Amino acid sequence: MTVNMTKGQAISLQKNDGGTLTAVRMGLGWQAAPRRGLFGSRTREIDLDASAVLFADKQPVDVVFFRHLVSDDGSVRHTGDNLVGGVGQGGDDEAILVDLARVPVHIDQIVFTVNSFTGQTFQEVQDAFCRLVDETNGEELARYTLAGGGQYTAQIMAKVHRAGAGWQMTALGTPANGRTFQDLMPAILPHL
Amino acid sequence: MTAELVRGQNHPLSQARLEIRVSAGKPIVAGATLCDEKGKVHGVEWVAHPGSPTLPGMEVSKQAAADHRLACDLDALPETVHRVSVLLALPSGVGGPVRFGAVAAPFVAVTGLDGSEIASYTVTGLDAESAVVVLELYRRQDAWKVRAVGQGYAGGLAELLADQGLSQAQQLAGSINEAVVQGLARSVAAPPPRTAEGDRSRHAAAPALGQDQSGSTSPGAPDQVPPQHGHPGGQGSATPGAGPGGPQSNYPAASAPQDPSAVTQSGGPGAGGPVNYSHPGRQAAAPPPPPPTAPPARPGQPAQPVAGDATGWSMEERLYNQVWGMFEDLARTAAAYRSAVDFAESRMEQELDKVLSDPRSRIGGQGDAAREAARAKHAELVDRAKQVLDRDLAQLTAEAEVVEPALPPAFAGWDNPAWHGYRVPMEIPMALRLGDLHLPESADLSIPMLVRLPLERGLWIDSGSTGSFDGSIADSDELRRLAMDTAVAHAARLLAVYPAGEFSVHVIDAAGSATSALLPLVSTGVLAGPPAVGAAGVNDVLARLTQRVDLVQMAIRGGAADSLPSDLDPAEQLLIVNDFPHGFDDRAVTRLRYLADEGPAVGVHLMLVADREDAAAYGPLLDPLWRSLLRLTPVPDDHLADPWVGHTWTYDPSRVPPDSQVLQHVLTQVAAARRSWNR
Repeated sequence: MTVNMTKGQAISLQKNDGGTLTAVRMGLGWQAAPRRGLFGSRTREIDLDASAVLFADKQPVDVVFFRHLVSDDGSVRHTGDNLVGGVGQGGDDEAILVDLARVPVHIDQIVFTVNSFTGQTFQEVQDAFCRLVDETNGEELARYTLAGGGQYTAQIMAKVHRAGAGWQMTALGTPANGRTFQDLMPAILPHL
Repeated sequence: MTAELVRGQNHPLSQARLEIRVSAGKPIVAGATLCDEKGKVHGVEWVAHPGSPTLPGMEVSKQAAADHRLACDLDALPETVHRVSVLLALPSGVGGPVRFGAVAAPFVAVTGLDGSEIASYTVTGLDAESAVVVLELYRRQDAWKVRAVGQGYAGGLAELLADQGLSQAQQLAGSINEAVVQGLARSVAAPPPRTAEGDRSRHAAAPALGQDQSGSTSPGAPDQVPPQHGHPGGQGSATPGAGPGGPQSNYPAASAPQDPSAVTQSGGPGAGGPVNYSHPGRQAAAPPPPPPTAPPARPGQPAQPVAGDATGWSMEERLYNQVWGMFEDLARTAAAYRSAVDFAESRMEQELDKVLSDPRSRIGGQGDAAREAARAKHAELVDRAKQVLDRDLAQLTAEAEVVEPALPPAFAGWDNPAWHGYRVPMEIPMALRLGDLHLPESADLSIPMLVRLPLERGLWIDSGSTGSFDGSIADSDELRRLAMDTAVAHAARLLAVYPAGEFSVHVIDAAGSATSALLPLVSTGVLAGPPAVGAAGVNDVLARLTQRVDLVQMAIRGGAADSLPSDLDPAEQLLIVNDFPHGFDDRAVTRLRYLADEGPAVGVHLMLVADREDAAAYGPLLDPLWRSLLRLTPVPDDHLADPWVGHTWTYDPSRVPPDSQVLQHVLTQVAAARRSWNR
């Protein structure tokens, strides 16, 4: 049922039965790439952080990240910072819940980003993915796997934006560099 | 991976710690004998049986039961033991079956501690036998094995034991049977297993506590019952008081014969029932009653709100959480609305600026049209935001309408009927309502402002004229009087929600200016003493409270809470200071600051009625004191912020309705309860 998205692909968040989604979860999971050689147990921990930036007409209005876990209006909630990843072994390590019905009327785009807070590039990250789940029934709507980690420390994963009366998700998958979402703002703006 | 053994078959045992499970259709006796390498039992001390259930490395049940779990630790057995025989027998003289042919074939299983079966054996082909050796665990070249035996004895336990070389077999068989019969008699005397009805009566008690905080003063109240620690042995019938609805103990039902699993777990000597690990004084041993859930909403409509629709162990806790949930929802809904309106305005300004700076717009109607369009966009967005706000406010208002009447007195306003049915409570509530909070967007919807008890910060009732919010600029004397009235109402509320004798109020009114405001407290006699006047009175009260803080702190730090002097009042103390710093010298101010810093941790709280301007002479010295206190105002004022978004909320103190006798009524009851408690 789940759609494996490719870069730039857009899917509509309409339900099959015609109803619109009310709550979605953007999940992020990753594992540190195993190190070869001696002292393999000394794996370096990788702290990836998921953030969501709320835009109104291309102006950032609010942001949800590990230092501000709930948007002021309460519609977007971060489930908390995970410093090491890989705990779920395939499950979400960090998740951001979006109550689409409660998103303030002027917010028209929500951009999800991933940053490497500890500074490792995505070459050292294994099996990183971001997926969108229908929070009401746990069904995975879309999954986007970070293919071919490269020499960058951040990625603009996807955006959820208003389309007509409902919402749409677009996979962005743009690499960037930065420690937190603030550093990514210049890279985000072209995608709005 | 279970090995299903047939008679005579053996199986290796890799684990030393084992459990042997026995199940039979009827209550039977389970035991074990330890034998040396020649297969001989050396004496009665080598037999584990209900009369002597524990041997090194072997433990059997104390009673006859249809199901048994025998614990076995092969490493803990004496070195001389080379064989363990597990035996079953039918109890005689209790009116049950006397031959294994009349009961279902017993089933035994050897399992690891994790419950995984290693070997199992069904003892078939028994007829007139009344005792049987089912299994042997035996040592072979330093490894243990299990063998299915299934050797029955028509002569019962005595014959079985004699066959194993025990000289006192006859006496031992007799004493085993005696122990079993006694055990059965004991287990009949146990209260019946808790019925579903009993559960319901317990559950019904909890919401009642939430709605009527006073609870019941009778010792039979369900939540005040001291737990029963067992029951008289040998009693022939069920304990009558333990029926449903009676004083139900928090202990699970003890061993009744029809509850074999409980029987087999029986533990310490003399106890008829299993060990219960629940705290006897803690009520929450049973899972909380399910919260009232909202009925399913009709499609397209928000769910109908229900009071107590939140998590918590009691109705009180659920209502508390629900009120805080409403508080957060209102804060966030308002944040969404304000954010949208702000955005709409900034966008409109930008667009208007653009029109203004565009020279083309100065000619013709182009500019007007652009301006009009910008305004229309603004209006449209604000309109949509307003619709969402109205929808949310309607939902929260509907919730408030069902929650407010359900609140217990401690959470309710003075105008709530809960206060008219007031009775002195038995327990300290988790929080107290100090007033209402509302936002400009929601003037009609106010959220109860609940603070946790015991108070973590002192209170400062501001009698200064700075914060007159609603425009009715009262003169300063009027404000001072209002402030003291508010303080008295708060103090009365605190007195009323604490059980009798658990809250004492002291008053310092150095100038004697608040005599009329204090009248409700003084006339009913609920104060710990008359209001202290003059500098001497101030110093006296402060000295006593300072000494109390010192003593309790010392006792807590020294771990010697028992050695506090007997005349020390164990109640929480509240000190109301009117017109601070009037009547205070430097030493008294220092003492007061000490109380503000150290008091809350040891149950001494402050309520200052003061105008900060009056203390201006102290300069910034008192700033930490003011900051440490929760500022409340006698008139509606917007100085409180919520913890989520930081909106400014208008605080409206809970005031007694004019001409209402509720304060007098409540304080009279508090005073009566204090008198009977002191007696």
